[in-house]
Amino acid sequence: MGNTSSMLTQYDTEEVQSHCQDLCENFPPRNLSVSSVMCLIRYSQQEILSLYQRFCQLDRNAKGFISSDEFLSVPEFSMNPLSLRLLKMVDGLNFKDFVAFLSAFSAKASLKQKVKLIFQVYDSDCNGKVSFKDVMEVLRDLSGSFMSDEQREQVLSQVLNEAAYTCDSFLTLEDFIKVFGSCKPEMDVEIPVD
Amino acid sequence: MSSTEGKMVTSRSELELDHPNIEDYLPSGSSINEPRGKLRLRDLLDISPTLTEAAGAIVDDSFTRCFKSNPPEPWNWNIYLFPLWCCGVVVRYCLLFPLRCITLAFGWFIFLSTFIPVHSLLKGQDRLRKKIERVLVEMICSFFVASWTGVVRYHGPRPSIRPKQVYVANHTSMIDFIVLEQMTAFAVIMQKHPGWVGLLQSTILESVGCIWFNRSEAKDREIVARKLRNHVQGTDNNPLLIFPEGTCVNNNYTVMFKKGAFELDCTVCPIAIKYNKIFVDAFWNSRKQSFTMHLLQLMTSWAVVCEVWYLEPQTIRPGETAIEFAERVRDMISHRAGLKKVPWDGYLKYSRPSSKHSERKQQSFAESILARLEDK
Repeated sequence: MGNTSSMLTQYDTEEVQSHCQDLCENFPPRNLSVSSVMCLIRYSQQEILSLYQRFCQLDRNAKGFISSDEFLSVPEFSMNPLSLRLLKMVDGLNFKDFVAFLSAFSAKASLKQKVKLIFQVYDSDCNGKVSFKDVMEVLRDLSGSFMSDEQREQVLSQVLNEAAYTCDSFLTLEDFIKVFGSCKPEMDVEIPVD
Repeated sequence: MSSTEGKMVTSRSELELDHPNIEDYLPSGSSINEPRGKLRLRDLLDISPTLTEAAGAIVDDSFTRCFKSNPPEPWNWNIYLFPLWCCGVVVRYCLLFPLRCITLAFGWFIFLSTFIPVHSLLKGQDRLRKKIERVLVEMICSFFVASWTGVVRYHGPRPSIRPKQVYVANHTSMIDFIVLEQMTAFAVIMQKHPGWVGLLQSTILESVGCIWFNRSEAKDREIVARKLRNHVQGTDNNPLLIFPEGTCVNNNYTVMFKKGAFELDCTVCPIAIKYNKIFVDAFWNSRKQSFTMHLLQLMTSWAVVCEVWYLEPQTIRPGETAIEFAERVRDMISHRAGLKKVPWDGYLKYSRPSSKHSERKQQSFAESILARLEDK
């Protein structure tokens, strides 16, 4: 599938689908690399073909991966406050891992998969724990210069204390899942299929 | 996009170049819909709206769609059609292409042998010289159009030379200029190109009164604006043609019009151009092809079919800003040519969006958090 033509055969799409499922089944607890944490769902063949066309469109010189610059050339992505964090996660992914990353945004993905992705965005040093500082950094990206550091600290300490955590506690994936409860975060992106 | 919202923002954007409120156009998921009530840990940790927007942009975005080449569907896919297509290729490359090259060469010969003497000998009699040069430029453009077997249909009243009027058109390729120039000798404002195109620009097009600019130079804008104003005021200058999109778009969409053409204090006459992709896709994807390759592609296809509509001249309404005027004209052109409008600035092809847009998102997020903090 590393060739320059933009034609996928049925073998190729099945390979991507099973790659997604393998990652789901063989999830090793210690390994927190991007693709293994993104447990996946089965995308339909049509969706994979559409994603492949999009991948080829973004990957201008058919290198087999999309560089940061090419991601940032999409103005809607560039304008997003979390673009740099996401860029660290998607930069240089090949097509299979690209689909694996996006699968958390499918309507068919489970609560656990979506919360895992959110956890990954917070846990930038990939040590499996989200500290007060990590959440502060994401808050800083989201609110910019419109909130002072003191205000951010105040808000965060307040909600943490109410949820029976302290400012020194570390949040793990299980904590995140508990916080989100049974309510799935609204994170659905539909793949346009034409 | 109500007009009141446009008014509210334009006072700020007048100070800056052409960046109206893009937030109005982005899908409604962009505003973080917060339920009222006490702020909980989940609310703070839930970054899903922002993540969804980012993933949505990765999967599909309206800006990249504007610059995607859409070649016509291949029809040579089975055993009987393929030999037919091969015959077609032979005819196109071995018969039509040489004939076209000869026609073009002939046209250039006539043009140069008349233009150079006229240009140097009639230096004193400006009016006569300009008239003859106009006719000659129209002629060479007709030869160009003939060299691609251009089938162009013009609708509407032909442009006339009058002061205080400006023509604007949507932009698909540099051949837009040639197609329009064939009918009327316009003075156009163009990006200065390197190579043989640049040579043509500085010699022949100079005589019709063309104006150059350089996209990468920021100070250039004021100089160009002044030149534009001077040109429109003159009575004897050729009508000015401007492509307010600022870049080539794939003839399915229109990007935002730059307001420069609309604040010259004169009538704006819109022109809509639509190419029929039946034989060839006339979109010049400057990232993928050089102009020479693009021309060769056109010369080795069967025909270039297009429609040109000269629409009704418009003037700025009282109380309307330049940006609103530009959008109104863009509406007219998009409607006539069947193009979809997107709210992006064409120059984003060459540069990143300014941080102002992400700052706006940050501001609304910060305000909603602080407001909910008050709710005890």
